[in-house]
Amino acid sequence: MAEAKKVEIKKIVAAKTMRKLMADHFYELDQAAKEGHPKVAWCTSVGPAELLRAMGFLVYFPENHGAMLGATRMAAETIPSANAIGYSPEICSYLTSDIGAFLQGRTPLSDAYEGINTIPEPDVLVYNTNQCREVQDWLAWYGRHWSKPVIGIECYRGVGEVTDVHVAGIAGQIKALIRPLEEICGQRFDIDRLREAVRLSRQCSDLWKEVLETATAKPSPLTFFDSTIHMAPAVVMRGTQTAIDYYQELLPELKARVSDGVAAVEGERLRLYWEGMPIWGRLRDLATLFLELRTCMVASTYANSWIFTALEPDDPIRSMARAYTELFIVRSDPYKEKYLEEMINTFGVDGIVFHDSKTCPHNTNSRYGMPQRLQERLGIPSITIAGDLNDLRCYSDEQAKTQIEAFAEQLAGRVGVSS
Amino acid sequence: MTHRWSLGLDIGASATKAVLLDGDVVRARSLRKSGADFAAAAKACLEEIISATGLKATEIERVVATGYGRRSVDFATTTVTEITCHARGCYASYPHAMTIVDIGGQDNKVIVVEDSGDRRSFKMNRKCAAGTGAFLEEIANSLDTPVSAFNDLAGQATSDLELGSFCTVFAKTELLKLIADGTPLPDIVKAAFRSVVKRILEMDPLTGNVVMTGGVVAHNPIIVDLVSNALGRKVLVPDHPQYTGALGAALIAGEV
Repeated sequence: MAEAKKVEIKKIVAAKTMRKLMADHFYELDQAAKEGHPKVAWCTSVGPAELLRAMGFLVYFPENHGAMLGATRMAAETIPSANAIGYSPEICSYLTSDIGAFLQGRTPLSDAYEGINTIPEPDVLVYNTNQCREVQDWLAWYGRHWSKPVIGIECYRGVGEVTDVHVAGIAGQIKALIRPLEEICGQRFDIDRLREAVRLSRQCSDLWKEVLETATAKPSPLTFFDSTIHMAPAVVMRGTQTAIDYYQELLPELKARVSDGVAAVEGERLRLYWEGMPIWGRLRDLATLFLELRTCMVASTYANSWIFTALEPDDPIRSMARAYTELFIVRSDPYKEKYLEEMINTFGVDGIVFHDSKTCPHNTNSRYGMPQRLQERLGIPSITIAGDLNDLRCYSDEQAKTQIEAFAEQLAGRVGVSS
Repeated sequence: MTHRWSLGLDIGASATKAVLLDGDVVRARSLRKSGADFAAAAKACLEEIISATGLKATEIERVVATGYGRRSVDFATTTVTEITCHARGCYASYPHAMTIVDIGGQDNKVIVVEDSGDRRSFKMNRKCAAGTGAFLEEIANSLDTPVSAFNDLAGQATSDLELGSFCTVFAKTELLKLIADGTPLPDIVKAAFRSVVKRILEMDPLTGNVVMTGGVVAHNPIIVDLVSNALGRKVLVPDHPQYTGALGAALIAGEV
C-alpha cells in the first residue's frame, strides 16, 4: 500500500500564552467562588458579558465548559447521568454532558488545573436565548440546584434586516437586568464602566476578525481547527484587556506566516468552509485527515460568531442589543445564504462541509434545503456530515471519513488540481 | 499490445469483491465474505484471481482498494473511496448523466454524475442501518428465514403492506404484529423490501437516468422493480451490479 505521508498539525507559538491565560481565568474564578468575592456570574456565550464585567462580576461561560467536556471526550461518560434524570439524549449535549458531569462530581478543569475541584458556583446566572432555548433550561437547572437567580434576554429569531424595533426590544431587556444585578453585586450601575467594557469587547472582536481574515491568504496560515482553539480568549475574556493583548500577540504571528508563505496545511490544494458546530471530540482526527488530504478548512460560521462589529462604546446598550441580534444563528435563511455567499467569495472556498449536529438544531443549517439551494444558485458543492458537538454516539468515524475523502476526490476533479 | 493488468478490490461491510482488468476488458472476478479480517478477505480474492488466470501477483501492476476496508490492503497501490469507484464503474456501462443508487451491506449512497462523468454530488444514508442490507439481514433473523430466499418469497406476495418505522428496531416490532396477525410470510418479506425502497426515495428525488448497484440489488432484483414502479420509469442495472465498485477501482487503477 502507498505509504500515507506523515502529517503533523503545525503549532502556533502564541498557544503557550493562551494556555496560561486560560489557567489564570479558571483559577481566578475558582478563588472568587471559594471566597465569595468578587461575585461570579454565569453567562451564555453571547449573553450580556459586557454588562456583567461593568458591574464587577467575574464571568464564567458554561458553553466553554461544555466544549471542554466534548474535547476531552469526558462527555461520553457524563451525558447518561443527565439522561437518567429526564434530560433527553435528543437535547443539547453541552447541557446533558455538563449537568451529567456535575451530578458525577467531575469536571475537565480538575484534570487541567491542579487544585480546582469543581466549576465555580455562581451568584447569578444570565442567559441570552440567541443560542437556543436550551441555554435557559441549562442555567435553570443550576439555578434550582443552588437557589440562585436566573435572569436573561429572550431574543428574536429568523431575523432578516435588524431594525430599530429589534434593537429597542433587546435594549429594553438589557436595561431590565441592571436593577437585579445591582442588588446581587451590591454596586450601582456605572455607564462609563459599561462603555469601557464595550470598547474592550469591540477591540477584541476587531482583532479576532483580523485573525480570521488572515485565512483569506493562499495558502492559509490557519485552519478552522486552529480557530476553535484560539477563539477561547474571545469567548471567555471578551470585554477585558487580556483578550486584546492575546490577539495582539497572535495576529503578528499569523501575518508573518502569510508574508513567509507558510501554510497551515502543507501543499494546500483545496479550501473548504465549515458550517455548524465543531465535533469537539474529533477535532484532532479531523484536522489530521484534512492535512492528509491537503485540504484547508479556511473559515467557519462558528469562529466568526465572536465578531461583533456593531458594538459602539458611545451607545453601549443599544449597540450590544444590535450586536446580539446581528448574530448569524438568529437570522433568516435568506440572510444566512447571502452571508455564506460572501464567505465563499472572501475566502476563495471550493466547497462547504455542513455539520448536521444531532442535538444542536439551531446551529445546524442543512435541514431546510440550504445546501441544495446554494449548490443550485452558486454552484458551490457541499456535503453534510451527521454528527454532534459532544455526543459521539451520533457520529460515525468511518462514514464521515469516507464522505470527506470522497468530497476531496470530487473537488480535486472539479477544480482541476493534482491528487 | 502490452497487457496492462489492473486490479480493483472493493472491501465492503459484508462482501469483498475483486475485478481484474486486462486493459479495459474484465478477465476475472472474485467474491468473498469480508468477515472479521478485511486483509485476509482481500488476499483470498487476489489468490483466487491469480489461480483463475495463472498470473503472478507481480504482473498485476496496479491495485486500487476501495470500500470500508480499503486501508487494510497492504498490497494496494492506492485507495479511493467507494463513491468515486461506483461512479466510475457505472459510467463505464452508461457513459451519460445519471443518478446512481448503491445499496450496500451497511450504507446506501446516492451519487449524481454529470454527462462528462464528473461527479456533481453524493449523499450517504444517516448513521442508521434502515434501508440497507443489514436491515434485511435483521429481518431475516427475526423471521428465521435465510435472506437468500427473500427475493423469491417477495415475488409470491399478494398484498402491499407497509412498515412505517424509520428505525430497524421499531420495524422489527411492527413485524411482530404482522406475525401475530397471521400475515403470510411472502407479504411480510415484501413489506421489508418496500421499507428499503422508501428509505432510498427519502434520500434524493432520483432525477434523470437512475442506475442501481450493489450486492443487495444483485441478489434481490425485486428492489429494482419496486423503485421502477415508484419512479414510473425503467431503472438501469449494470451487469454484475455487486462488482461495480471493484470495476470502478480497477478502471481507476488502469488510468493512474
